[in-house]
Amino acid sequence: MVQERTLPTFHASSVEMSREEGLRLYEDMVLGRMFEDKCAEMYYRGKMFGFVHLYNGQEAVSTGVIKSMRPGEDYVCSTYRDHVHALSAGVPARNVMAELFGKATGCSKGRGGSMHLFSAEHRLLGGYAFIGEGIPVATGAAFQTKYRREVMGDKTADQVTAAFFGDGTTNNGQFFECLNMAALWNLPILFVVENNKWAIGMAHERATSQPEIYRKASVFGMPGVEVDGMDVLAVWSAAQTAVARARAGEGPTLIECLTYRFRGHSLADPDELRSKAEKEAWLARDPIKKFTTYLIEQKLASQPDLKEIDSRIQALVDEAVQFALESPEPSPSELYRYIFSED
Amino acid sequence: MAETLLFNALREAIDEEMARDPHVLVMGEDVGHYGGSYKVTKDLYQKYGELRLLDTPIAENSFTGMAVGAAMTGLRPIIEGMNMGFLLLAFNQIANNAGMLRYTSGGNYKIPMVIRGPGGVGRQLGAEHSQRLEAYFQAVPGLKIVACSTPYNAKGLLKSAIRDDNPVLFFEHVLLYNLKENLPDGEYLLPLDKAEVVRSGKDVTILTYSRMRHHVMQAAKTLEKDGYDPEVIDLLSLKPLDFETIGTSIRKTHKVIVVEECMRTGGIGAEIVASINDRLFDELDAPVLRLSSQDIPTPYNGTLENLTIVQPQQIVEAVEKMIALRV
Repeated sequence: MVQERTLPTFHASSVEMSREEGLRLYEDMVLGRMFEDKCAEMYYRGKMFGFVHLYNGQEAVSTGVIKSMRPGEDYVCSTYRDHVHALSAGVPARNVMAELFGKATGCSKGRGGSMHLFSAEHRLLGGYAFIGEGIPVATGAAFQTKYRREVMGDKTADQVTAAFFGDGTTNNGQFFECLNMAALWNLPILFVVENNKWAIGMAHERATSQPEIYRKASVFGMPGVEVDGMDVLAVWSAAQTAVARARAGEGPTLIECLTYRFRGHSLADPDELRSKAEKEAWLARDPIKKFTTYLIEQKLASQPDLKEIDSRIQALVDEAVQFALESPEPSPSELYRYIFSED
Repeated sequence: MAETLLFNALREAIDEEMARDPHVLVMGEDVGHYGGSYKVTKDLYQKYGELRLLDTPIAENSFTGMAVGAAMTGLRPIIEGMNMGFLLLAFNQIANNAGMLRYTSGGNYKIPMVIRGPGGVGRQLGAEHSQRLEAYFQAVPGLKIVACSTPYNAKGLLKSAIRDDNPVLFFEHVLLYNLKENLPDGEYLLPLDKAEVVRSGKDVTILTYSRMRHHVMQAAKTLEKDGYDPEVIDLLSLKPLDFETIGTSIRKTHKVIVVEECMRTGGIGAEIVASINDRLFDELDAPVLRLSSQDIPTPYNGTLENLTIVQPQQIVEAVEKMIALRV
């Protein structure tokens, strides 16, 4: 086991958290967790197929960043591990679940599947299955905002884009190329690295000459922030700053969230390389438990409040499964639909 | 009517469309200050500004992906491949995202973008700058592929490609930029899915596109003198193929020769032959003849390069053979 990085210290007291906002963050993280647990169950019961990459353990990142953005206005760009980003962005759980079941009511009409969730309505630019390919797309969305503002004189064009990707992606050219262009043109974008230490079986330290990814921002003259990705308050706080900067036209930020996936790379991964000790150390830092403790200690919520949210979300996830089960398959007569815009 | 060089016809198309629609912009290497490697965007940045003629760093895959993202969110980018061969570096963004994303997203997004630039075999530019890429790209679902061949069709087709809501791969040819032609004064557009009957005839149908159209027309002059009457069709759209025009011609001549600059293996001609067999086999008096370039990297040496691509004399011989039914 490689020596763990010292996590940056974050003082919860530096954040002003309202009860309403706290419960919103809690609910979103619980939704992410319960949704993914249900996916595992449905996968093993043969209801969903292909490669399914679950997000358990990383919830603080999706929630902390996306809940700092404007729903339905700002853009979110994801990877193959995209279910929870879609949920945080506001795509209804039933449409995400239906997509995983391959149904016509899925957010990608059953054409995309787990790694290709899209929703124009929720400004989800999509799940991109190949490493790094979503970053240029997100950069293009950010460029579009700048273009509307500066070329077309649209004063309302102040949208921010968040591009999510993992530690493995930061060794790919598209990462560096887009950091360069985003900094060069001062684009309103957040590059959010979910450093969960492992690119399938490749330990981060074995793949990169400089494991501290946030430092890579400095050569582009861009702020790089290192954040405890298991602490939703820390992520939320860093994202608030970065979103405000981007919206004010002050340019991009690279946020490295130190996090961990509690399951294998995908449900097909035997997960043999990560040590028990490492897994246990990170499991002990469960972001939902940590935030629960915070909410209780700060008297922002009571146990019954949180229990009520838990059971409401569980019911919502169960309903999503029911919806997906009852939804129709895409019609074979529409096999060719959506190839071209005329369809 | 104004006599216009092909590269200026393309420039006029871009200029007119940019003036008409503020969502239209050009991105790529040296498209701004430098005016494009073949001057297709010369001085446009002075008129439209640096954001609309965006000089990008040399990062083909990333700026192509940026165009996809910009198109998904409502802009209408035109990507210039300084040389179309460089777009091999953007193959992932072109195939996975420009081409496939609309379908994969279940119709959530449309991707109105044009990817254009100089392609084909030039004069001793070496293998990497003398690519025949249409074969590589024709299998990508969701892409339209256009190959212009005259100043007139270059302008009309490019304007339509810019207005199309789908990704269009638009091939220009390095050796055709200085062709001259009188263009109409008013605005005109040409449909992206119609082939052009360049020469009407009754003996044989010759299907061709891009620079080979001119080799075919050179051959046709010789053939005319010898009393032959070939019909020459410039495909213009390589995907989808205009089988209405192709079919009408084959039902008349019953003989087909494909002349392409593309490589033989898996080329446009291969697809045409297969499609003709599928749809029009009973109309044929003879097997379809295919004149393609050689399956080799384009050699630098001038003699070898000439041997690599189809020459007019080969077309003459092919027609003679076909009409004598010696195939």
